[in-house]
Amino acid sequence: METSTAAANIVNTEEKQIVYKTSDLDLWYGDNQALKKINLDIMENEVTAIIGPSGCGKSTYIKTLNRMIELVPGVRTSGEILYRGKNILDKSYQVEELRTKVGMVFQKPNPFPKSIYENVAYGPKIHGIRDKKILDQIVEKSLRGAAIWDEVKDRLTQNAYGLSGGQQQRLCIARCLAIEPDVILMDEPTSALDPISTLKVEELVQELKKDFSIIIVTHNMQQAARISKKTAFFLNGEVIEFSETNKIFSTPADKRTEDYITGRFG
Amino acid sequence: MVKCASHLVIGMKGVFKLATQNTNSFSVQKMIQEKKKKKSAGGITEKIMPYILFLTAAVSVLTTIGIVLTLIFETFLFFDAVSIKEFFTGKVWYPFSETNGSFGILPLIMGTLKVTVIAAIVAVPIGLASAIYLSEYATDRARRIIKPILEVLAGIPTIVYGFFALTFVTPILRDIIPSLEIFNALSPGIVIGIMITPMIASLSEDAMTSVPNAMREGALALGATKFEVAIKVVLPAAISGIVASIVLGISRAIGETMIVAVAGGSTPNLEWNITGSIQTMTAYIVQVSQGDVGYGTTIYYSIYAVGMTLFVFTLVMNLLAQYITRRFREEY
Amino acid sequence: MNLINHDTVVKRMKPRLSKNSISKWIFFALTMFVLLILGILLYRIFSQGFGYLDLQFLQSLPSRKPENAGVYAALIGTIWLMAVVAPVSLLLGVGTAIYLEEYAKENALTNFIKVNISNLAGVPSIVFGLLGLTVFVRALAFGTSVLAAGLTMSLLVLPVIIVAAQEAIRAVPNQLREASFGLGATKWQTIVRIVLPAAIPGILTGGILALSRAIGETAPLVVLGMPLFLAFLPKTFLDSITVLPLQIYNWTGRPQVEFHALAAAGIIVLLFMLIVMNSIAVLIRNKFQKRY
Ligand SMILES: Nc1ncnc2c1ncn2[C@@H]1O[C@H](COP(=O)(O)OP(=O)(O)O)[C@@H](O)[C@H]1O
Ligand SMILES: [Mg+2]
Repeated sequence: METSTAAANIVNTEEKQIVYKTSDLDLWYGDNQALKKINLDIMENEVTAIIGPSGCGKSTYIKTLNRMIELVPGVRTSGEILYRGKNILDKSYQVEELRTKVGMVFQKPNPFPKSIYENVAYGPKIHGIRDKKILDQIVEKSLRGAAIWDEVKDRLTQNAYGLSGGQQQRLCIARCLAIEPDVILMDEPTSALDPISTLKVEELVQELKKDFSIIIVTHNMQQAARISKKTAFFLNGEVIEFSETNKIFSTPADKRTEDYITGRFG
Repeated sequence: MVKCASHLVIGMKGVFKLATQNTNSFSVQKMIQEKKKKKSAGGITEKIMPYILFLTAAVSVLTTIGIVLTLIFETFLFFDAVSIKEFFTGKVWYPFSETNGSFGILPLIMGTLKVTVIAAIVAVPIGLASAIYLSEYATDRARRIIKPILEVLAGIPTIVYGFFALTFVTPILRDIIPSLEIFNALSPGIVIGIMITPMIASLSEDAMTSVPNAMREGALALGATKFEVAIKVVLPAAISGIVASIVLGISRAIGETMIVAVAGGSTPNLEWNITGSIQTMTAYIVQVSQGDVGYGTTIYYSIYAVGMTLFVFTLVMNLLAQYITRRFREEY
Repeated sequence: MNLINHDTVVKRMKPRLSKNSISKWIFFALTMFVLLILGILLYRIFSQGFGYLDLQFLQSLPSRKPENAGVYAALIGTIWLMAVVAPVSLLLGVGTAIYLEEYAKENALTNFIKVNISNLAGVPSIVFGLLGLTVFVRALAFGTSVLAAGLTMSLLVLPVIIVAAQEAIRAVPNQLREASFGLGATKWQTIVRIVLPAAIPGILTGGILALSRAIGETAPLVVLGMPLFLAFLPKTFLDSITVLPLQIYNWTGRPQVEFHALAAAGIIVLLFMLIVMNSIAVLIRNKFQKRY
């Protein structure tokens, strides 16, 4: 624990870099434009929250960051997203490589119908790591990292479907940690969970931001306020406001942001 | 740790928390990148698999093409010896003649027709009654018992039905109808009817159960009896699925082979009577295949001409069933 | 003024209600009739064939004398046939299903392949026999061999396996694919490691049902010219075989009652194999039902 905090402290003293620089991103599902001229700079090693009413394009945007959006047929984009300086929307950018560096946690826990161990070892295995000893270490480390080790260490060979919803979600986070991503994308990771599990995941996110850059979509504004450094407010496919979280929640610059935050629509 | 912390680039942050557990820290990302470099060949599988899979999918298309081409080519060879006109309008099918046989397919079609009509007369009412019973009246428990039994019935090999027709149904029918010959149209017709009943029952039941309950409740609330609901509300609403199931069942009956080969006889004729021996298109193909007919003779090619006719009949029925389901799909 | 006279409605209700209950019994009786037929069929076959069913019957080659005859050659032949049909039809069927579900774009070609498969399922089995006769027996010169019979049967049951595998693959939730892609897995890795393992119970169930169809089919093999009577066992895939349904057909076609009893005994063996296979399919289906 101490060592990692120490490491994180050193990290914090360095100047932070931009992980994702989105410039003039447009996105269409067929003829329906879901993202309009998005410009966002996301910094490393902090939590960036994306809020906005349902259907405003939050999921679309976060899925574009690891090009998962390509799985939807008929999606077109223009503009660019630089990840660590390279345009990932460039067709020559290999998606598999991008996704080994950018992990994703989904709205509904989606463990594989395999054992807990196999779930976590899946990522390293598909990337060619077969050494059992190393895999064991990765699995333990990742499960610890996701604060679920103590709960599952005695039943690693059991099917992941035996876990509760909250545990499953933390397992999915562990699975994502196993390939040591640079960025973790989370699309409403707690919306399917009960309040206690939600709290655990939130604590975990706080812990993880020391080592990872985290982008989290949430429809829960308190959550955004609690865990994020910066917040982007999306509306109808546009970024209305993007700034420090405490600023957005105390003195929003835009009327629409204020209306949303104060619950006038959403 | 210090070394790791000084690198702030991608992949180097993998040391998170590891140090607390293991002294030999390592970076998974680094290992992944190394493995990537080593085996860039993995991309080949990724690229060629879609093509290999496409080839397997192409086999089913090739099968259809193979069937059509085979039938067409061999049928053409048959038409070198027999005129198309004789084949389709001739009233005598008598291929096994020393000099030159007669190849008028009408008697074979007549045989198929008789058996099919008898089968439909048996299967349609029973199949529909079962479907109505299962979807409208049966309790969940009854349904859970009866449906698997119907599945069993549908899975019994046709040779077994043929045996049943010849050694059980025919003798019983001969007790009732003394003029019935050992080989006849009636017995295999009835048994084919029994064979296709489960298919009609289960497809029709599917169509009826997908009629929304709200429609039933609407009628029941007006005081309609269950029977009235079944006949006046559910049947009309599910009619396209029901008709399609009947058409598919008839298509099966037309193509059915072993039951008629065993119990129908081998006397092609154009008579309307159903107590005498007949021959269907399928039974003729079996008869020739079993005998020692030389390759390349007119008789050899005749089975393809008959097979072609059979294929067209069933194809038309199947397309009709698909058309009915698609054209009259109920929108609830 | 009342448009509806409730008294007459109530009066008319009576016949309507009796019609209702009578029809209910008719529907029920007709359904039971179907089940009754199944019962009679099984009873007849068992009472006819049971006497002949013994170890000697299972271990003997066919013979002109009913008391010496057995299904050994046909049993072995059926196993050989399965040795061809199972791998060929599974590979082709699952391959096709993966292609259609995971790779194919929604276009005219894909649509054509799908329509083609459903039409192929409706082609009478005897027509597959004609295809096999021309292509496998004659053109490829496999003769009346296990190989020719197996390939013909594989094509025949292909639609069954394709449809079952398609359903099984479609039932794998997309979230699992997304999770795998999200970890940087390639499409093929995702298919092999996530989709197929999750779909395997459905695929196996469909595969077994397709095999049991192949085991019971007679007509295409007759058309291929497979022997109905064979007193030796195959040694290679180019040897000839006979199978249970053919053997049963042969015995059924003879006039003597003893041979009919043999046929019934053969049918018992055939039905037993089918019941075992179907039970396995049901077991697999129940064991792995609803896992996600
Ligand atoms: N697969 C899809 N196909 C077509 N349109 C989609 C698809 N997914 C989302 N959309 C549309 O894009 C817009 C943004 O959706 P989404 O990104 O899911 O919103 P959010 O996550 O903020 O609720 C919505 O109007 C939605 O209808
Ligand atoms: Mg969303």
